[in-house]
Amino acid sequence: MKADRISKGPVSVLIGTRKGAYILRGDKSRRTWKLSDIMFLGQIIHHLVVDPRDGKTILAAARTGHLGPTMYRSTDFGKTWKESERPPAFPKVPEGQTGLVLNHVFWLTPGHASQPGVWYAGSSPQGLFRTEDGGRTWEGVAGFNEHPMRNTWCGGDKDGTPDGPKMHSINIDPRNPKHMYIGMSSGGVFETTDGGSDWKPLNKGCAADFLPVPDPEFGHDPHSVSLHPLMPDRLYQQNHCGIYRMERPEGAWIRIGNNMPKKVGDIGFPIVLHPRDPDTVWVFPMDGTGVWPRTSPEGKPAGYVTRNAGKTWKRLDTGLPKPAWFTVKRQAMASDRHDPVGLYLGTTSGELWASRNEGAKWTCLANHLPEIYSVEVT
Amino acid sequence: MKVHVPTPLRSYTAREAVIEANGSTLGELLADIDRRYPGFRFRIIDEQDGIREHIKIFLNEDPSVDLSAPIGSNDVIHIICALSGGSIGWILNQDFTLYSIKI
Repeated sequence: MKADRISKGPVSVLIGTRKGAYILRGDKSRRTWKLSDIMFLGQIIHHLVVDPRDGKTILAAARTGHLGPTMYRSTDFGKTWKESERPPAFPKVPEGQTGLVLNHVFWLTPGHASQPGVWYAGSSPQGLFRTEDGGRTWEGVAGFNEHPMRNTWCGGDKDGTPDGPKMHSINIDPRNPKHMYIGMSSGGVFETTDGGSDWKPLNKGCAADFLPVPDPEFGHDPHSVSLHPLMPDRLYQQNHCGIYRMERPEGAWIRIGNNMPKKVGDIGFPIVLHPRDPDTVWVFPMDGTGVWPRTSPEGKPAGYVTRNAGKTWKRLDTGLPKPAWFTVKRQAMASDRHDPVGLYLGTTSGELWASRNEGAKWTCLANHLPEIYSVEVT
Repeated sequence: MKVHVPTPLRSYTAREAVIEANGSTLGELLADIDRRYPGFRFRIIDEQDGIREHIKIFLNEDPSVDLSAPIGSNDVIHIICALSGGSIGWILNQDFTLYSIKI
């Protein structure tokens, strides 16, 4: 694949929070930052994503504590917003049957470069939705939402996360728009090769310690799954039960988290890939012991990086506070395309931390924000 | 008939707290509102035609869960962002807009 270009321009960080959204704009040196006014005050913004194909369309997945889910769309990089005319929704079932009810859209992924206007959305409970008009109108992907195995794969009410079962990590193969991966908590990683008409589980080698079955085909809990755009046959996964890498086409997960320090472990939410080096990956470990505090181990927040596809890991905590008891959620860590790469992470305590040097030193760019749910960088 | 709109939904009604809408059932009334204020209905009624978990709709002084419930031109509808629990009688004696601020 063609090497991804190095960016030398300004950086914008799109921040989705429990009480609204922001855009944090930085200059090309990434030393001067300005935070926008809050957008969608009071609305839960699970994901705020810019379209890399035009650089100005942004979709925001929203709901409030009382009101049901919807989607907002900006075509001027957040200056003005319009609500989707037909936001994602499951199909209505005949009287007497129990149909799925969309609680919220959790994840947004712009479509393939060859398909302008196409986006995918993953929801809670687990559902996949598609738009072909840049987010104005959405349709369910029947090949998943109405798949005869969907309920078996996804499980029941007791099989989701405490915040509800979710579909996330929608990855599209840059070589083929019909080849896609999704992650589900719970459910596991699944793959389609026909544009979403059919799906197959892809969880071989991945642990699911919380299930009584030793090597289940599905039912896993991937927290984040990412395909490397320059090496699309390589996938990385931060799972509820460890950090993994997979090389296709053999399709077995290798637990590269076994090489993390035992005292820290290999549990976490996000996984972030280097835009130009498929061997370099960052994670942000959390405490998965006892009752699963999901805070940093021992209250000492740190990123970890591998530069050899998971053989060894290095701790990156310079500048980060300790003790500190925040959580970094699965969409809340991202990278830019500068050289050296910039890293950005949002915390449940409402702080936005960044590093201009691939994690060697961290600086707080914003604080006192609401609980941060997502961070995306353009 | 008159429909009282809670503050979270007034972004759809140009900040109007009370709107006029028509229909012979609650479902028809909500469809009429959605035609005039697109997107309004789905925020309070899910895709299976259920009233959302934290929304209450009162037909005069009675909570309604049935979209096929008949309504007349003199009826008054209150849409409320409900507290979890509490006394309906107490709620009816208060300013409904207060109930939009639960976090």
